[in-house]
Amino acid sequence: MSIGQTIGANLPALQVVTPLLAAPLVLLLRSPRLAYAVTLAASFASLAIAIALWQQVATMGPISYAMGSWPPPWGIEYRVDRLSAFVLLLVSLMAAVVVPYSRTSIAREIPADSHTLYYVMFLLCLAGLLGITITGDAFNIFVFLEVSSLSTYVLIAFGRDRRALVASYQYLIMGSIGATFIVIGIGLLYLMTGTLNLVDMAGRLAAGGTSRPVLAALAFLTVGISLKLALFPLHQWLPNAYTHAPSAVTAFLAATATKVSVYVLIRFYFTVFGESLVFHKLPLPQIMLWLSLLAMFAANAVAISQNNLKRLFAYSSVAQIGYITLGLSFDSVNGLTASIVHLFNHGLAKGAIFLLIGGLVIGIAKPGAVPPAPTFDRLAGLARRMPLTSFGIVLGGLSLIGVPGTAGFITKWYLILAAMESGQWWLVAAILLSSLLAVAYVWRFVEVAYFRAPPAGQEERCEAPLTMLIPAWLLLAATFWFGLDTSLTVGTATEIAQQLVRGQ
Amino acid sequence: MKMQMVPRVIAKLLIPFILLFALYVQFHGDFGPGGGFQAGVILAAAVIFYGLIYGLPLARRAVPDSLLEVLIAAGVLIYGGVGVIGMLLGGNFLDYFVLDSDPVHGQHRGIFWVEVGVAVTVSSVMLKIFYMFADRANLEDEDVTDETGGGT
Amino acid sequence: MSGFGSHFSYAVTVFLMIAGLFIVMARGNLIKKLVGLSVFQTSVYLLYIAPGKLIGGTAPIVASGYQIYSNPLPHVLILTAIVVGVATLALGLALAVRIREAYGTIEEDEILERDVAS
Repeated sequence: MSIGQTIGANLPALQVVTPLLAAPLVLLLRSPRLAYAVTLAASFASLAIAIALWQQVATMGPISYAMGSWPPPWGIEYRVDRLSAFVLLLVSLMAAVVVPYSRTSIAREIPADSHTLYYVMFLLCLAGLLGITITGDAFNIFVFLEVSSLSTYVLIAFGRDRRALVASYQYLIMGSIGATFIVIGIGLLYLMTGTLNLVDMAGRLAAGGTSRPVLAALAFLTVGISLKLALFPLHQWLPNAYTHAPSAVTAFLAATATKVSVYVLIRFYFTVFGESLVFHKLPLPQIMLWLSLLAMFAANAVAISQNNLKRLFAYSSVAQIGYITLGLSFDSVNGLTASIVHLFNHGLAKGAIFLLIGGLVIGIAKPGAVPPAPTFDRLAGLARRMPLTSFGIVLGGLSLIGVPGTAGFITKWYLILAAMESGQWWLVAAILLSSLLAVAYVWRFVEVAYFRAPPAGQEERCEAPLTMLIPAWLLLAATFWFGLDTSLTVGTATEIAQQLVRGQ
Repeated sequence: MKMQMVPRVIAKLLIPFILLFALYVQFHGDFGPGGGFQAGVILAAAVIFYGLIYGLPLARRAVPDSLLEVLIAAGVLIYGGVGVIGMLLGGNFLDYFVLDSDPVHGQHRGIFWVEVGVAVTVSSVMLKIFYMFADRANLEDEDVTDETGGGT
Repeated sequence: MSGFGSHFSYAVTVFLMIAGLFIVMARGNLIKKLVGLSVFQTSVYLLYIAPGKLIGGTAPIVASGYQIYSNPLPHVLILTAIVVGVATLALGLALAVRIREAYGTIEEDEILERDVAS
């Protein structure tokens, strides 16, 4: 077999193996310059593989790949369907955008002797996230979850502020509890079904009916995954972690980590347990609906009163996750479409905003100094000093609000459709009201950046370097592109939603 | 510990046997309980024991940090390399069946190298963790005196 | 065996689980929290391994004269979980050491106080 055929036949494995093996290679190379080159190559390779998988799935249907040629359900199966291909695309796209950006960013934010370690951890995190998405084996999900989580803790601890250490520690405790809950849930399912393969498990659960351990497994999995995806009120780790992590890390995590957790939740709810158990026999939709509403209002309200721009958008992330889970709670095609589209749309917009904030802190830093926290008193008159960055943050904010023409609008549109379908008109009002709260916090930035004079002696332009602006503006362009042309995002999401909701 | 005769002598007697036991656990993993992880931990324990009794500098001289960093990466690459070779020989990733013309022998060969990779990485990671914490302990001893002593 | 006897391993599992979680939540000392977390994770090891053992079952190596085998898969899974647990603990302790260096304390309330003060 030629090399090309070999690669073509092993794409699902290579998707994970490329970043996973690039990590030790980077560690061996040591030199930060080579490390950067290898990381860049690996992240672009995984983007290429994700695109190739996407196309294969679109034309030929789900791909099943047997690790070590042990056929499923005995061996570990990698399974790519439309949904996982979609999430793979998001994760590897964000990695390919963040890696070129992070070289300039970490040069200022992370001590030089840790640069190689940063790339190693980044690659491991990427491999973990891709692995969670692609695997069809329940225990494998846990293993990759921990690979990505452990590397995330290290990445967060790279922050220069000592509070980054505490944030990382808190996330470690919360994250480990969440992961242990997940593994308890998986263990109970394994005890009841005798299999770890998700598809096999679903078949046996459907045949075996629901027993109490299965319900307990559902409960453990729901709580554990909710901790990981920062569902209100289990979001306590998120604001600190996002605020104190280095900018590139924040952007990557905000765009991918919680989204992959949402994917796991959808996978377990719709593929393994099946709709009827989760949504019809238990009061789970109601609980999720109320928690989502709380997230949308409480987190947005808290965001308005924040003094640190990064923390403001971190709370906004908690609120945006509320929209995703709100879509899940409807148990309808439109609701699920909104959730899946929002994974992508919010990832783009929030990724762009955090990337721009990374440029912003470098712009306002004294030459050679460690970038300061982006508190509002430092941002006065920013629009005159960094016009591109400021304008970009405002544009990203528009997508968070859901202004027509942005990707965020598409999500809200489908959420409102789903709410009207279910006859809950008050929900339509609630969604619109929570968007008003988003207007308030974006306006706070506009007010400070555009309508206040810069402090005396700091009027000169200090735009962020191009290597940081270009990735961020690429994501912004995508935000607007997917706000106008929705065939890729909504088209796929609707198809996935129809399969998931009606497939059972 | 430098003045304690008994632990030093016992350590010298025991360490070769610990190393030998690690090798036994490693290579007997096919037929009985054992394998790369357990062997790696035992291997690291032998060096940690040496470090505890004879002091960190001597342990560092026997197994330097730079070597550990290479070994950590090398172990993972050995493991992954087995998988990649399986792929190049026409199988799936981590396919041991294709490693030899006889599939059963191929399985033996595959698991042997994978376990070697695991042992290398596990032992060096364990040792690295020990070194890092031991280093910090030395720093702590110096600045603890001017504080309240750590507890509350 | 019936009643409590046959569920003994589950009782221990649940006890360890709750004890571990309680330590994580109730203690303010960063090291003690990690100890609690380890206890919590240990309960999962038991949850997996105990049901894998069949009373009267032998090691899962095919041989004549034996019909009942214990399930080896939970051991493999839990070996992985133990490795994860070790890594988490090591990372947690490393963070605790660095927090101690940065703050001069490993008590959660004192760390919060010092953050507010600075």
